[in-house]
Amino acid sequence: MMLDIRGVKKSFEGLEVLKGIDLTVEKGDVVAILGPSGSGKTTFLRCVNFLERADSGTLTFDGETVDMHTVKKRDIARLRKKTAFVFQNYNLFLNKTVLQNVTLGLTAGSGVPRQQARDIAVKALMRVGMEQKLDSYPSQLSGGQQQRVAIARGLALDPEIIYFDEPTSALDPELIGEVLGVMRQLADEGMTMLVVTHEMEFAKNVSNKVLFMEGGYVVEAAPSRAFFEHPQEERSRAFLRAIRHE
Amino acid sequence: MSERTWSIVVDSFPKMLDYGVRVTLPLAAASFALALVVAVIVALIQYAKVPVLQELCRFYIWVVRGTPVLVQLYLVFYGLPSLGLVFDAWLAAWLVLGLNEAAYMAETMRGAIESVSVGQLEAGYCVGLNFPQIMWHVMLPQAFRTAFPALGNSLISMVKETSMAATITVMELFRQAQVINGRVYESLALYTEAAVIYLMFCTVLSWLQRLGERLLARRGGAAK
Ligand SMILES: Nc1ncnc2c1ncn2[C@@H]1O[C@H](COP(=O)(O)OP(=O)(O)OP(=O)(O)O)[C@@H](O)[C@H]1O
Ligand SMILES: [Mg+2]
Repeated sequence: MMLDIRGVKKSFEGLEVLKGIDLTVEKGDVVAILGPSGSGKTTFLRCVNFLERADSGTLTFDGETVDMHTVKKRDIARLRKKTAFVFQNYNLFLNKTVLQNVTLGLTAGSGVPRQQARDIAVKALMRVGMEQKLDSYPSQLSGGQQQRVAIARGLALDPEIIYFDEPTSALDPELIGEVLGVMRQLADEGMTMLVVTHEMEFAKNVSNKVLFMEGGYVVEAAPSRAFFEHPQEERSRAFLRAIRHE
Repeated sequence: MSERTWSIVVDSFPKMLDYGVRVTLPLAAASFALALVVAVIVALIQYAKVPVLQELCRFYIWVVRGTPVLVQLYLVFYGLPSLGLVFDAWLAAWLVLGLNEAAYMAETMRGAIESVSVGQLEAGYCVGLNFPQIMWHVMLPQAFRTAFPALGNSLISMVKETSMAATITVMELFRQAQVINGRVYESLALYTEAAVIYLMFCTVLSWLQRLGERLLARRGGAAK
């Protein structure tokens, strides 16, 4: 077991958005987090990477357990070094070129020498097919290209797990494929990933586990195949029916 | 214009220009630099909501913005010596003009930093940077770009505000005009000359400001 999360609760101004979420992730897992809008998927992912401070819950990463409410800044920084986060709207550093976006975490964050950081960055950009655009600024790239650079920025840090929050939902339909393609390739290479998504094909064919959330609860956690073919809960069945009718 | 007036103008213009270049501009530049450094620190303290320091910064801004710069100059140069704090005139002018402008600029910088998407900050944390590193490498460069026109205006006001330093005996462009006028009584000609020199300086600066804005716009990056 690589990552184990227990009892995550989170309220915003009295509104309880997460009501006790549990999740276990094994090395090499690709977990798809599904659920209707407003069910708390993004909030959960943000809590797991401490972008949001949970009200309660514990997180165990590689055998090290922290209390998600009281966790210290230093522990957050250390745990984050094992993770990467891909945002819905990319969040590339707008004042940096593609290459600089990828090297910054290495040079400033981890003290990697400049030349070595460049080599690592170019390799990461090659994995996402963006090595031709080293000197472009984010504003000069399409959404799909920006998201691939954002993935490379994460990959360069050699993370043990990558969190994705709806990585394709800000993209024009014709650009979704190139990003999903990169993610599928990462999955094939054995990368551990936790992916909030509305892409059912991806959840069905690439992820091996599904966490289905609604109203701040986990309704069903199951292997992907089982979830799509034999959903156990009525809520899951209703969700899948609605999806198929879209 | 009489021949006498004309010869006074010809004689005094280079002298005043000389003081403008050797005193007014350096004083403006130095005060602006001080203002910029203080403003960025104050803005960051407020952005990061550092306890206690944040309240101190608000107090500083309140006091400075609520009092005239002329009164501040007098207070520091003529007032503080009775507490044993004696400042050289140039130093007093630099401190007062710099710290005065900083209070206004801090609000500009704070607004500019706040206008940068919080996603930039979060992305920075996610690639393993700490708060100061994110500010330095990501947020401040973008904030400066946003604030550039306002900062340019601040520098231009600063050039004009240095004339106040004349009131605490700093021999700069305007005081030079006063001194020469004290000898020859040609107020209209001499103060017009001073005005022309300030106008020249400010024109060049606003020209540079526009050039800078165009260069920033051309450099592909930022600006969503
Ligand atoms: N910072 C916040 N302040 C207040 N309420 C918030 C905040 N973030 C999220 N919420 C609320 O929490 C609930 C869950 O939001 P969340 O973004 O986690 O849902 P989601 O499952 O990701 O939805 P979607 O599929 O639309 O992205 C929503 O009701 C939302 O309005
Ligand atoms: Mg969401």
